[in-house]
Amino acid sequence: MASYAAGNHSKPFRKRMADASAPYLYTAPALILIVTVMLVPLVLGISYAFRDIQLLKPFSGGFIGLDHFRTLADDQNFYRALRNTLWWTGWSVLLQFVFGLILALLLDKPFMGRGLVQALVFLPWAVPSFLAGLNWAWLFNPVVGPLPHWLYALGLMSAPDNILADPQLSMWGPIVANIWWGIPFFAITLLAALQSIPRDLYEAASIDGAGPFQRFVSITLPFLAPTIAITVLLRTVWISNFADLIIVMTNGGPADRSQIVASYIFTQAFKRLDFGYASAIALVLLVLLITYSLLIVALRQWLLNKD
Amino acid sequence: MTPRNITATVAHRLAILGYVVFALFPLYWLLKVSVTPNKLLYSEGIRMWPSQTTLDHFSFVLRHSDFPIFFKNSLIVAGSTAVIVTVLASLAGYAMSRFSFRGKYWIVTLMLLTQMFPLVMLVAPIFKMLSPLGLTNSLTGLVIVYTAFNVPFATFLMQSFFDGIPKDLEEAAMIDGATQFVAFRQIILPLTLPGLAATLGFVFTAAWSELLFSLMLISGNAAATFPVGLLSFVSKFSVDFGQMMAAGVMALVPACLFFLLIQRYLVQGLTAGAVKG
Repeated sequence: MASYAAGNHSKPFRKRMADASAPYLYTAPALILIVTVMLVPLVLGISYAFRDIQLLKPFSGGFIGLDHFRTLADDQNFYRALRNTLWWTGWSVLLQFVFGLILALLLDKPFMGRGLVQALVFLPWAVPSFLAGLNWAWLFNPVVGPLPHWLYALGLMSAPDNILADPQLSMWGPIVANIWWGIPFFAITLLAALQSIPRDLYEAASIDGAGPFQRFVSITLPFLAPTIAITVLLRTVWISNFADLIIVMTNGGPADRSQIVASYIFTQAFKRLDFGYASAIALVLLVLLITYSLLIVALRQWLLNKD
Repeated sequence: MTPRNITATVAHRLAILGYVVFALFPLYWLLKVSVTPNKLLYSEGIRMWPSQTTLDHFSFVLRHSDFPIFFKNSLIVAGSTAVIVTVLASLAGYAMSRFSFRGKYWIVTLMLLTQMFPLVMLVAPIFKMLSPLGLTNSLTGLVIVYTAFNVPFATFLMQSFFDGIPKDLEEAAMIDGATQFVAFRQIILPLTLPGLAATLGFVFTAAWSELLFSLMLISGNAAATFPVGLLSFVSKFSVDFGQMMAAGVMALVPACLFFLLIQRYLVQGLTAGAVKG
């Protein structure tokens, strides 16, 4: 605290200097690292968007102005990736939230073995994302996986095929894997919020004759609202950037049908080694995400001022 | 109990059972295929229980593949990253929790900013920066990158743990003549062991499973971490599901054990005010 960092003027000069520099010394190693490995590359990446940077072409590197963005404006794959990003993010966030809320409500009620059940249902979250992707890719593979056979038996598919190879359906493979993997995160945060609701509120409400549904709507939901809002918003940004499952399960295929913007950036940089173009797409994604975040901040301000 | 209560209880238990099955089934399937002999795998069709089990896939993967190298590399990378991040984040988190100083607002803003922008943006520039330093295709390069990526969140996490410890404790020690750093190291740090464990575990799992940057920075098997190694393994052995899944099970076990050990602290740490996956 400042009280003992600055207050005492009877201390010798050297001691005062040491106290004043203390917070900077504590934070310096972390800051230096963040600036050199995240901030500098961010600025470089923005400059790449306007340069011709190709890894295998030794004479590339010159400034080319808005060329990448002109190419991007005509890139049908990019537009598809943009639509897919909305689809991927929307369904993943919505279903993770709905199932996460149900799970949190189930775990909020005391029952025998709750600790064990909690550890087990949160386990998917511990599974490394690339492995979650492989695991689900195998479940969708008709040679060893049961899912195509079940879908076929239920009459949902005309033959036990791999949906990951179907251009119309391939996006759903990573979405299902993402839901499985991400539910625990929502459940954890919502469960914590649920447990902070004072129990006597419920008792008072049931004495007043409120049924379970009424109690949920008039007590639980209002209490959860801030947590729901912040979790959903942060997850939206995070999931729209999350390319691991797509790269592992479909690699954007077949024919770019399951490519989202984040995986498209990676494909351009990694496969085509076109760093300039990849950076231009990344810049567009960054601008979109910043716009989204600013809109949210503005919305929050507006809601706060309204009351 | 009234019949209505019994119905509600049964429904509650059934719903929970359903969730447990949904959460565990994919992992069970991984395990099941990894112990099914190849001849049964393709002839029996899809069966819930294998009629015979074998550990052949595991012994093949351990003896005749680069799997042990991937395992060792990942252990080195994730272990060093977790330790370095925890040290840096304890220092920074302590400063954020205990001092008010000029520039603090900007440091917080910078750290928040790093949580918002797409890391995939950094793939190309980081490759370009590390390449002349000889840090591509090296475990050191990965540790540097992962450490930077994880420090901001870990700092917030540690800060929230320090905020929970009363300030009187180190004030008392400093009246007795200890310097602030000594008070921090000898009194505050031991009190925040759960926080250190949560941070260590969180960063370890994050580094253990990072995929994009390891794919970009590492080529060839010598420096490959798990994700890279397993993916190359999958494309190379794509006919042998038993071996692939045995490799998958072995990649899974350390992460799951670790998770079950620190699960309580992790949940506590996450709910202490920080939100990230």
